[in-house]
Amino acid sequence: MRGKIPNMDQLLQHILNALILGGTYALLGIGLTLIFGIMRVVNFAHGELYAFGAYMMYLWVMVLGANFYLALPLAVLLGVMLGAAMELVLLRRLRGADIDTTMLVMIGAWITLQNVEQMTWSGVAKSINTPFPSSPLVLGSVSLSWNRLFVFVVALALIGATYAVINRTKLGKAMRATFQDRDTAALMGVDINWIHTATFALGSGLAAAAGALLGPVFVVVPTMGDLASLKAFAIVILGGLGSIPGATIGGFILAFMEELGAGYVSSGYRDAMGFLLIIVILLVKPTGLFAQKERIG
Amino acid sequence: MMSRTFKTALAVLGATLLAATASAQDTIKIGVTQPLTGAFAASGTYVMQGAKIAEEQINKAGGVLGKKIQLIVEDNKSNPTEAVSTAEKLIVREKVPVMLGAWSSTLTLAVMPKLEEYKVPMLVETSSSGKITTSGNPYVFRISPTSEMEARAFTPLVKSLGIKKADFLATNNDFGLGASKEFSEMLKRENVQIGTMEVMDPKATDFSAQLAKIKASGSDTLFVTTAVEQITLILKQAKDQQVTARIITTGGSNSPDQLIQQAGDAANGSSHLVFFTPWFPEAVKNPDIARTFVALWNEKKHHVGGLTEGFRGWDGIYTIVEGIKAAGKAEPEAIQKALWGVKVKGINGDIAFIKQGPAGRESAQNVPSVYLVKIDSGKVIRQ
Repeated sequence: MRGKIPNMDQLLQHILNALILGGTYALLGIGLTLIFGIMRVVNFAHGELYAFGAYMMYLWVMVLGANFYLALPLAVLLGVMLGAAMELVLLRRLRGADIDTTMLVMIGAWITLQNVEQMTWSGVAKSINTPFPSSPLVLGSVSLSWNRLFVFVVALALIGATYAVINRTKLGKAMRATFQDRDTAALMGVDINWIHTATFALGSGLAAAAGALLGPVFVVVPTMGDLASLKAFAIVILGGLGSIPGATIGGFILAFMEELGAGYVSSGYRDAMGFLLIIVILLVKPTGLFAQKERIG
Repeated sequence: MMSRTFKTALAVLGATLLAATASAQDTIKIGVTQPLTGAFAASGTYVMQGAKIAEEQINKAGGVLGKKIQLIVEDNKSNPTEAVSTAEKLIVREKVPVMLGAWSSTLTLAVMPKLEEYKVPMLVETSSSGKITTSGNPYVFRISPTSEMEARAFTPLVKSLGIKKADFLATNNDFGLGASKEFSEMLKRENVQIGTMEVMDPKATDFSAQLAKIKASGSDTLFVTTAVEQITLILKQAKDQQVTARIITTGGSNSPDQLIQQAGDAANGSSHLVFFTPWFPEAVKNPDIARTFVALWNEKKHHVGGLTEGFRGWDGIYTIVEGIKAAGKAEPEAIQKALWGVKVKGINGDIAFIKQGPAGRESAQNVPSVYLVKIDSGKVIRQ
């Protein structure tokens, strides 16, 4: 540590890293917050859908030899299907059950999915080839990989698409209605069963998309979902339970906290930074940053 | 009707019990606790596979004390709490007189109090934290090098590699922190300037913040201590962020073959401290044993990247069996005494134990061979 003015290049690199990381954090957070907001389900299996997306990407690209850009939507589609299946088989039966029972079932699903992944793919890390150049994109004194830039752009597009679905479509309207008051929405002719399946499938698809996007950036291992779940929960609590703008902004805030905290305070506390911030925010605003009153009642 | 069912059940139960005692007399059990699931699943599985190959070979050659050996493998799930229960289960339920384990330093340290409690020796095959052999546990027999030994073996290379200033990036546990401490102390003694010392969560996948800081420090060498999964990501991300420092990994859980496969050209130019060199078996002390092991490993079609990890299982089981032979009986205390005197020709080199730790309560430590290899144009070369 030198006591001089912070190195400008280093600061720029930290900011760039945080922006890129924030995009994927937001994607993870939105899927989880959507499921909690509408279904009141604490989805512990969220990280496993992230891992599932990554493994499906591996399956298509590395095992079956599919084109990278084609494999991506296929992996996400499989994630959507797994999500829908989980809702139909597990959650539909638990509609009236209390939140703790559902939570336990989701913990079971988490453990089961993770162990199935290890049985199928073994514990050895897998890597996925990408069509991007291996030399990084250099912008003056900072640089980033093409793959991460691609991830960032697609993540933003997916976040935009999710907003559009929620705010501009009939399905979105029905989702928002269910969110506000399930019983009234049902009386107004909203098919609650279908909304729940669609919500869980959409949230799962977003998690799978994050996994399919990040699998090639990192390596694919059966335990990769644990950290993703942890981050997603932090983001959702930070942003306010059930709030989509909250999860989006929360994702970026967490990324900036981690990146700058590790860069200028201590890398040993990188993951503690985010949680420190959560404690501070919850002390000041116990519902999280963006949860509106009528949305939590 | 009822009574017949009951009698049948009793007969079945009795038969099972008899069978259990019969098999217990036929074989000598050796407990193995390794991480077969969780974060270290890949490495733990390789060690277990190496141990199984040794079991087969030993039994083919007639076993020990006229009996066959039988490995009882328990999965410690990469979790210290689980590691303790596997040890307890192996000792109390399976009644193993000796164990092999537990891969990472944190897992081994968790198990150690149980060894003292039940007075059962454990052969430590991978862990490198100094604490394991200096805390005064006489049931620990370690064949892997401590971080301090690794650092000492590295000393002559500081000059030849021209290291002037070094940074550190280590996983935030007993293994990583211990290695960073030992290597930085050694480098300071060699008048090398120490730049920044960074750590990372053992589960982390993104090291952008740490690498940005390392890049800014302007060192010529970066020492990395963690397992192969994180090393893969560090090599890739260092390339993305244009970190120019030479990367040297320590700890021997770095599987250069897996790095070449998964990090691609980002692995080129990196150097790795390993304890077995399957690429050139002629470089090790006992090349014939090394060649036999590589051939058997390939015959089983195990992952080629696992050889640098799997050999530990082989060396561990051979050392344990030598201890049983010298003890003349499969009893914990006899084996513990006998292990002190064994001399084993292993894949890493000649295995024998010296005393470490407080007088009267010494742990046993082997002095293993350490090799530095480099990845160059997608191939492993000697350095």
